Amino acid sequence: MRTPSFRQWRPAAFAALALVALAACGRPTSTSSASDAASRVYVAPGEKDEFYAFFSGGFSGQVSVYGLPSGRHFKTIKVFSQDPETGYGYSEQTRAMLNTSYGNVPWDDSHHPELSQTAGVPDGRWLFINGNNTPRIARMDLTSMETAEIIEIPHSAGNHASPFVTENTEYTVAATRFSVPTPQRDVPIDTYRENFAGVLSFVKVDSSTGRMALAFQIRVPGYDYDLSSAGKGPSHGWVFFTSYNSEEASTLLEVNASQRDKDFVAAVNWKRAEACVAQGKGTREPARYAHNIVGPDHIARTEWGTSVTVITPMNCPGLAYFLPTPKSPHGANVDPTGELIAAGGKLATVIPVFSFRKMLAAIEANAVDTVIHGIPVLQYDAVLAGEVPEPGLGPLHTEFDGQGNGYTSMFVSSEVVKWSTTTFQVLDRIPAYYAIGHLMIPGGDSRKPWGKYLIALNKITKDRYLPTGPELTQSAQLIDITGERMQILLDFPTVGEPHYAQALPASLIQDRQLKIYDLAHNTDPWAARGESEAGITRRGRTVHVKMTAIRSHFMPDNIEGIQVGDSVFFHITNVEQDWDVPHGFAVTGINNAELLVMPGQTRSIVWVPTKPGVFPFYCTDFCSALHQEMQGYVRVSPRGSSVPLTANTTRR
Amino acid sequence: MTTRTRLLLALAALALTVTYVLPLWHIALEAPQYPEGLGLYISIDGVTGQNPHDLQSLNGLNHYIGMHKIVPEEIPELRFLPVAIGVLTALGLLAAAIGRRWALTTYAAVLVAGALAGLADFWWWGYRYGHELDPRAAIRVPGMTYQPPLIGSKQLLNITAHSWPASGGWILTIAVTVVVLLTYLAWRRPRPVTA
Repeated sequence: MRTPSFRQWRPAAFAALALVALAACGRPTSTSSASDAASRVYVAPGEKDEFYAFFSGGFSGQVSVYGLPSGRHFKTIKVFSQDPETGYGYSEQTRAMLNTSYGNVPWDDSHHPELSQTAGVPDGRWLFINGNNTPRIARMDLTSMETAEIIEIPHSAGNHASPFVTENTEYTVAATRFSVPTPQRDVPIDTYRENFAGVLSFVKVDSSTGRMALAFQIRVPGYDYDLSSAGKGPSHGWVFFTSYNSEEASTLLEVNASQRDKDFVAAVNWKRAEACVAQGKGTREPARYAHNIVGPDHIARTEWGTSVTVITPMNCPGLAYFLPTPKSPHGANVDPTGELIAAGGKLATVIPVFSFRKMLAAIEANAVDTVIHGIPVLQYDAVLAGEVPEPGLGPLHTEFDGQGNGYTSMFVSSEVVKWSTTTFQVLDRIPAYYAIGHLMIPGGDSRKPWGKYLIALNKITKDRYLPTGPELTQSAQLIDITGERMQILLDFPTVGEPHYAQALPASLIQDRQLKIYDLAHNTDPWAARGESEAGITRRGRTVHVKMTAIRSHFMPDNIEGIQVGDSVFFHITNVEQDWDVPHGFAVTGINNAELLVMPGQTRSIVWVPTKPGVFPFYCTDFCSALHQEMQGYVRVSPRGSSVPLTANTTRR
Repeated sequence: MTTRTRLLLALAALALTVTYVLPLWHIALEAPQYPEGLGLYISIDGVTGQNPHDLQSLNGLNHYIGMHKIVPEEIPELRFLPVAIGVLTALGLLAAAIGRRWALTTYAAVLVAGALAGLADFWWWGYRYGHELDPRAAIRVPGMTYQPPLIGSKQLLNITAHSWPASGGWILTIAVTVVVLLTYLAWRRPRPVTA
């Protein structure tokens, strides 16, 4: 192995020097009076927040719902991870949600929530989020705040540049962070350059139902595709993906993928892609992938995809262009006018801002440095609108306030930098505690930002909260951006790691929230829509119990004739039609999960008793004054016992 | 009867028909756990929740104190009342057509008797719901009964019940009042002397 040369270490040395310089000239933190900040985030008891915010859970695999400006946590939406608290991913109705071509994958690493948009503005219909580990995109319904659909992305590995949507949610995109052999095959890793490729996937979203479908994939050079942002207004029809590792290294990327001065932003013309697909320029390649959909009966089922249309820039000229971008870019963010694209180079000393207009002109004038696998590399100076000089260290992500300002997170120097989208000069900076990743302004990635607040999503908290052993909380910080200077108002802990977030005014969705599921429309085959439909049946060694739950009893609540080793399916229907009255269900020794059943809903869980005896079951959600009385017994007899199968399904 | 009296009588009789669409009575319940409100509308042919599932929720709550389930299909009055309203409307129009004071007076008497009978019947249902409690109910408070007020407000354990006429009930009240007033005026005015 070669000894690393000074050339290789230069960025690190530079970073250390710059850090010292910045510390020397940094301005003192502006701290408003604590009571002033407190009054601006205070939401009095019984009052409601102004914004809903949806934070990714990172390694938790879920999405959490908060109110702004209070930072109060309302709910965690179960998406990619099993949740024994509610039975999500365990119950018969939800298990299929986690199916993939790798089998049932009961967790993931969720990174980027993305609200559906109409005319470039969040419309409050759906929320998408990517599963980074086992490439997937989930869609949540914002009236139930439940996961409605998960589609797996074949040929992809590390679905990081996802699930950003186009202006009218025509597509949600998914680009691979790790290039891999596509289709997957057994090859030596050091044949990376010959055998590895990246794919940019375009998932069509049905405009009325939200249902997703894998429309096509673009096979691109084997770089690491990191983040993306769709064009809007004049740039509608394009999506911009950042990439790093244009060195195409397959080992020790922290050094080997940091060699070149510039990597690329890939500008992809998806309308051109549609045309090429329509002209039959794509090839249909076999690819098995899971598509899990919650049906009108509220039961998730898997449909298996078997192939995907793949196009390449070689056979579809005009499909993609590379914009040279300094040093391992991370975020690529289109401003509200659709004209500017800010790219954050993790190791860069400036924030390059590209001009869409100049990009079109450069394409027209053929201002091309070189062509890589059919993708013209446009000249940096020909596409540049400006560079934000001396922004700080480690620029990652940019959001906009709609007032002509960009706000960029600086991971290494741990701060938010505000800059002008006309002069490209830094206007203000404020520290983040600590190591900010993404930042988010309500609507700050759309055509019409609501502005007002900025959320810093931080990786490290160290001394900011009461310590809790080695594992500390992750954190968000609420920053007021209404004034000339940014002002920090509030720190609040988050569930899991908040990579990215989205927010929208509460008024857009709060009145559309479901209160109950309509029992009359419950079409679950095992539903008992009333106590008269409760009952028990045996099919071989499988027993089905149709059980109702209402304050404060189960029907039936005495079951006999179960034998050791039977698979006992408890199908619990909550027959309440009253707001905020869920019932729980749990039985002694159940090996998977409890159930939490919403009014009007049916959830089913299987229990395999392992020993004879009489075992209680009970409601796990304190539902009423007589909640403690909401219980029952199952008698389990030895295998082959003659105890008849009975359940008391009539009221005594 | 003057033409004006006959016209007003006919209008009052026709006004009764609004009860085919508008509810007669509203019982609203206030409880700490129901910030969104809970209540029932009583109309001539049914009992419905003020929110879509209130009747079911109320029956659910009432089972704790052992109250009978309110099942509109089992209340015979709700089948009989639509017919009665139709008959009363027809009788009013007939009285207006006859145009004689005796007709008006007879009609007023029938109408008032009908209204009083209706109120008494409503009170009787409330009495039975409030008093005929399952002795095995989970919550038994010695001496406590749960009859809702006929009109006005009353505290029943954690629930405050308000009972007032609803839009149809008010229109019905006004119609009855008009007919009674017309009768009173008809008797005060001297009879036209006939030759």
